[in-house]
Amino acid sequence: MKDIGQGIEWLSVNQPMTLAAIRVLLMVLPILVIVPGLIWYERRLLSWMQDRVGPNRTGTITLKNGKKIRTFGLLQPIADGVKLFFKEDITPATVDRVLYFISPAIALFPAFAVAGTLPWGPGYGTYGHLTPVWGSEIGVLYMLAISSLGVYGVVLSGYASNNKYSLMGGLRGAAQLISYELAMAMSLASIILVSGSLKLTEVVKAQEGQLWGVVPGIQNWFIFTPFGFLSAVIFLICMVAETNRAPFDLPEAENEIIAGYHTEFSSMKFAVFFMGEYAMMFIFGGIFGVVFLGGYNMLPIQWAELAANAPGYSFLHFMRDLNYWMAPLTFLGKCAAGMTFYIWLRATLPRLRYDQLMALGWKFLLPAAVANFIVSASWIMAQKLWGWQGAVGASIGAVLIAIGLYSAIRKAMNKGTTAMEKRSVELSEGTETIPSIRAVELV
Amino acid sequence: MANDFTPILILVGLAAIICGAMVTLSWVLGPKKVTPYKSSPYECGVTPSGSARERFPIKFYLVAMLFILFDIEVVFLWSWLTVFVDPKMGSAAADLNFQVFSFVAIMVYMLLWIIGDWYVLKIDAINWDEEAALDAAKLGTVLEPLAEGDAA
Repeated sequence: MKDIGQGIEWLSVNQPMTLAAIRVLLMVLPILVIVPGLIWYERRLLSWMQDRVGPNRTGTITLKNGKKIRTFGLLQPIADGVKLFFKEDITPATVDRVLYFISPAIALFPAFAVAGTLPWGPGYGTYGHLTPVWGSEIGVLYMLAISSLGVYGVVLSGYASNNKYSLMGGLRGAAQLISYELAMAMSLASIILVSGSLKLTEVVKAQEGQLWGVVPGIQNWFIFTPFGFLSAVIFLICMVAETNRAPFDLPEAENEIIAGYHTEFSSMKFAVFFMGEYAMMFIFGGIFGVVFLGGYNMLPIQWAELAANAPGYSFLHFMRDLNYWMAPLTFLGKCAAGMTFYIWLRATLPRLRYDQLMALGWKFLLPAAVANFIVSASWIMAQKLWGWQGAVGASIGAVLIAIGLYSAIRKAMNKGTTAMEKRSVELSEGTETIPSIRAVELV
Repeated sequence: MANDFTPILILVGLAAIICGAMVTLSWVLGPKKVTPYKSSPYECGVTPSGSARERFPIKFYLVAMLFILFDIEVVFLWSWLTVFVDPKMGSAAADLNFQVFSFVAIMVYMLLWIIGDWYVLKIDAINWDEEAALDAAKLGTVLEPLAEGDAA
């Protein structure tokens, strides 16, 4: 272990290019390896939730003496992938050939590039040289910018296919992705405000302080703070919408528009969209972990601070070192937890209607994120001016103003029922005549 | 080293190579047997009717324009977010001075933001309700009801 550490130190001084390449490979190779595993995991977990078995045969080897080596179907996605490479790549005659060819690549690209500023380990010691790939001052901005590139893949594939369903799916996807992009950026604003840096390693460092600045020994993970919790809820909803997953999978709603923007794609081109989606889900789990769940820290306990006061090499020192060296595994665990959340949502929630989707994004999440941002900025300002007693009073006032504004907006918005509600009311009261389609059925 | 752009260029290049390889490989490896049925657009087995390059609802265009406006407003905030808590102006008094000034400025900015958002929601730009979208009064013109003869 020590030799590896020294080797990396040597590389960082003498061969920075080689070290950069190693950093990139440490980020890209796990994604490539883990995507088939994620597909297997989703299929198995979803089947388990739906009282089925799922893929469990592929990869079982029977030895000569009758013993079986089981992989529980883990090789199924790899078999699918190999098959997809050798399938016929049908290009319909009416498509825009250039866009049709490159749009799957554009959809996959952000999945590999987005993790460029994401730290999967502590920013000091051996891991400090290995992660993040790019220790940039604009980490969060880079992450948001690259993840919003995904909208090009969706809208270009929808347009290039020259198919009405694809076009519809692409348009829906574009409107959905950009709408939720806004609320996502705004929800991160209050986090950045408190941590005072766009660097993701700094965001993690800000979470290693004392809880609410007063509780000793406990880390201040942003999900434990009031503003951070609201941001986390908004971010969580937005990240599901950003990856086109249930219940926000309207761009690929099977029973309305076939497969949406990838209706016309076959063979590996089709699979590339899914690779991008799964890799993106996994990485969004990691982003959520870094921004709200203390990054690579296993538990919200300040081992290093506690160990500093303890004599000798005690349990606290051991936990501090364990927390340091287990960092990549902890990070992967947080990614996997995010993935599990996605699958759980898919098994639980029905798909939203399109007007509900847009209303949720623009009328609820965006104002809530802005109100959250204003309240947390007011809190910091009031605390600077009048101490925490003044801050409590000022923030109560600010929350009341925000609630008042929000309810006023809601009231203005919801004046009069929507057409659908009106219709169902009229139907139940019997004032509307039976719709003609029903009449046809009755005849 | 930390601000060196080399690692991110390597990452972006590698990602582009992987994506390109994925798409190209399936195109190279698969068989090619083109038939008229295979190369027609998929419309649930029915003979395709016309091109998809047609008019689409203006709402999507409107949402995209609103996104650009609001997203730029969010991006303008970023620079302030990083300096507000710890401005590093040199002295504590200068820090507080800057914080109060910039806080008031940003609150005015956010007030304008709220007014903009309120206006957008008020004109039903985000309302996907069919009835509201096609309301003749909101379009600014009152459509004449069709005369008996026009129906044909």
